[in-house]
Amino acid sequence: MAAEREPPPLGDAEQTDFRELEDGEDLFISTASTLESSPSSPEPASLHAEDISTSNGPKPAEISLEDDREDLFAEATEEVSLDSPEREPILSDEPSPAITPVTPTALVTPRIDPVMFERCKEELEEEANGDSFDIDISVSDPEKVGEGMNAYMAYKVTTKTSLSIFNKKEFSVKRRFSDFLGLHSKLASKYMHIGYIVPPAPEKSIVGMTKVKVGKEDPSSAEFVEKRRSALERYLERTVKHPTLLQDPDVQQFLESSELPRAVSTQALSGAGILRMVNKAADAVNKMTIKMNESDAWFEEKQQQFENLDQQLRKLHTSVETLVCHRKELSVNTAAFAKSAAMLGNSEDHTALSRALSQLAEVEEKIDQLHQEQAYADFYLFSELLSDYVRLITAVKGVFDQRMKTWQKWQDAQAMLQKKLEAEAKLQYANKPDKLQQAKDEIREEIEEWEGKVQQGETDFKQISKTIRKEVGRFEKERVKDFKAVIIKYLESLVQTQQQLIKYWEAFLPEAKAIA
Amino acid sequence: MMQEGLDDGPDFLSEEDRGPRAVNVDLQTDATLQVDISDALSERDKVKFTVHTKSTLPNFKQNEFSVVRQHEEFIWLHDSFVDNEEYAGYIIPPAPPRPDFDASREKLQKLGEGEGSMTKEEFTKMKQELEAEYLAIFKKTVAMHEVFLCRVAAHPILRKDINFHVFLEYNQDLSVRGKNKKEKLEDFFKNVVKSADGVLVAGVKDVDDFFEHEKTFLLEYHNRVKDASAKSDKMIRSHKNVSEDFNRIAATLYTLGTQDSTDVCKFFLKISELLEKTRKIEARVAADEDLKLADLLKYYLRESQAAKDLLYRRGRALVDYENANKALDKARSKSKDVLLAETSQQVCCQKFERISESAKQELIDFKTRRVAAFRKNLVELAELELKHAKGNLQLLQSCLGVLKGEL
Repeated sequence: MAAEREPPPLGDAEQTDFRELEDGEDLFISTASTLESSPSSPEPASLHAEDISTSNGPKPAEISLEDDREDLFAEATEEVSLDSPEREPILSDEPSPAITPVTPTALVTPRIDPVMFERCKEELEEEANGDSFDIDISVSDPEKVGEGMNAYMAYKVTTKTSLSIFNKKEFSVKRRFSDFLGLHSKLASKYMHIGYIVPPAPEKSIVGMTKVKVGKEDPSSAEFVEKRRSALERYLERTVKHPTLLQDPDVQQFLESSELPRAVSTQALSGAGILRMVNKAADAVNKMTIKMNESDAWFEEKQQQFENLDQQLRKLHTSVETLVCHRKELSVNTAAFAKSAAMLGNSEDHTALSRALSQLAEVEEKIDQLHQEQAYADFYLFSELLSDYVRLITAVKGVFDQRMKTWQKWQDAQAMLQKKLEAEAKLQYANKPDKLQQAKDEIREEIEEWEGKVQQGETDFKQISKTIRKEVGRFEKERVKDFKAVIIKYLESLVQTQQQLIKYWEAFLPEAKAIA
Repeated sequence: MMQEGLDDGPDFLSEEDRGPRAVNVDLQTDATLQVDISDALSERDKVKFTVHTKSTLPNFKQNEFSVVRQHEEFIWLHDSFVDNEEYAGYIIPPAPPRPDFDASREKLQKLGEGEGSMTKEEFTKMKQELEAEYLAIFKKTVAMHEVFLCRVAAHPILRKDINFHVFLEYNQDLSVRGKNKKEKLEDFFKNVVKSADGVLVAGVKDVDDFFEHEKTFLLEYHNRVKDASAKSDKMIRSHKNVSEDFNRIAATLYTLGTQDSTDVCKFFLKISELLEKTRKIEARVAADEDLKLADLLKYYLRESQAAKDLLYRRGRALVDYENANKALDKARSKSKDVLLAETSQQVCCQKFERISESAKQELIDFKTRRVAAFRKNLVELAELELKHAKGNLQLLQSCLGVLKGEL
């Protein structure tokens, strides 16, 4: 870690290796604030300097320990081999002296570590960007604009923040669904191929939107709009939570500027849309043909973990959707029973019993309301979170795929370089002196070009690997936070339901006892 | 095999609440004749009930004895009451419904077929649930058969019936064959005629206010109970569905918890455990609602039908009486067969009056029983709902406490 702290001995050449330099500083948001001032990216440079002979993927030891530590604490059971534990003491200037030096054995210590680390990480992040998480976004007031098939819903996006990157402290704009899609599309094209997990936008729904356009004022279209509004809000919240994305001018423009150019390319049948589909297909094919020699167990393990997680979350999502459906049914049936009980009470000729039956009907009616509310909670808390995460994991998997592509590009460059070297060697033994020099020069040029490309490829690969590690660490942390928060909220909703139930039945009991 | 501990969690439902005691009727059991079903055995496609009698009456050879009876024999007894003219003026206790394990058996079979497609835990859990369901249905059918016998034993006239005594005492198979096709057809026609007549008879306005009121009341009441019974069934089924969903969710959360290597795995495991427990409570809520509410409504559906049948019989007797009167007048005017007509009229009159008298008492008793049963069940329903909700709340709150501490 020492390399990180000192101004790196960089030459300009190395700096140009990193095309995404404008994001370079973002890589260090999570580290101590002292680093903010460093404009370049010392880490990759040091990696580059040390790593000359690796043929594939950076060895774990060479990745900044910062990332290692993230991994260690995020997945306590992991085995990341640390070749240089002596780096640890230098971490002392971070505000977390409580963290014990990490050795492989420490990896399997009890849960205390992750919690500790999490707290420290938050402290770090807060320190690093003082007000980095002081931004609050809400999506509200859906309004139908226009008529017929050209109609659309406009949503008010309100931002409250004290961050310096914004011009005001509080501001709102009107956006439509395709604007959100446009934002996502831009972010994805900028960041996904270098390994950033870009939160996916909410899904399109032709059926839902058509109903709204056609102007049906029924509860199901109101539900649809609410579902979408909530999804859009969650989407924006996730996007701005990402420190890199928050810095992106497109995001800022989206939140701030009153006029936004129509994102036509998000339409499914536009030229861009068709291009996207073609690319997706091509990607799928490529994925099948790329056979990567994974020398980094971390990635293999992670991919497997995400596969498993994906599977289970999908299963859970389906089960929860069924629960929502059944709960709604229960509400309907309870209401029907309530009415029926009221009728029965009416026809009962014993006065006290008649009254009790009417009371029963009232209780059941209230309970039906309870069921409805609980179904609402089931859905918005639980089910939607799960569907968000299913889509997020698809984005994560996409990022892993990008890494594979980057690796492939590197390999291809190497193969090309090899060919050129062989060609050069052949020329050495050729016997045409007059053409030779010219050909030799040409080949020399090409070789230099390809050597550069190979270096670039390698660096890109290492970079994306590093970014992914960080992103995954961040993602896991967010995931843990999200799920914990939702589980607690959900339990609280269940608690409330039970408390209400108790109230209702307690009120009814004396009525039942009063039947003489 | 009737008393089985289903819960390994806290005791939310004591065994008395689930006992097969006749809860739908408030009966005065007196020492001279006490009947209950002390045991039951479920075989392939039939259930064998052990009917246990304790009596101080001289008619029986012993003071305490038991016999084994099957459903068909209960039906035979019931039908013998219905067919007996002497009992025309009484509400005949409704026959218990046939034990129906088909649905449950089908589910168990389907589960067996689908065994390969689910994890071992899931399978065991579902099997346990289906077994519990089977047991619940079993208990119910025992209860319903018992109620029938108790009603007969409590009725001052019916308890003296000779067929009833044979039923209780004769320790051999009664060889009651189920009705053959011809008899079933006869029954069908009888019912058709009856319902047509029922309409006829119901149309005739009764001189007696009491009966007029009862007629109107019963007709409406019967329909509404039918509706309430159906709706309560639907509601309870939804309730069961919800609790089953929690089962699946708990299982998946458990898998997630074991797979996850982050901090949140503890959350998953804890909430999976909670949902399991909460689901059990929800299932019991549904079962209790079934027992206290749905069964109550079903029973009174059958009893109100029996009461309607009584009214019909009285109505028939009234029509016969009025016809006899007309015949007498006709005979007198023609001065032909007057004595015959007179006797016939007398008989009809007596029959009618006898039925009216006992019917009045029966209907009053019916109301008393009904009110008492509803009161008992509604109170118990509310108490059980409260008990479960409180238990649920406790579980949820303690889990929340633990999880919030883990944050």
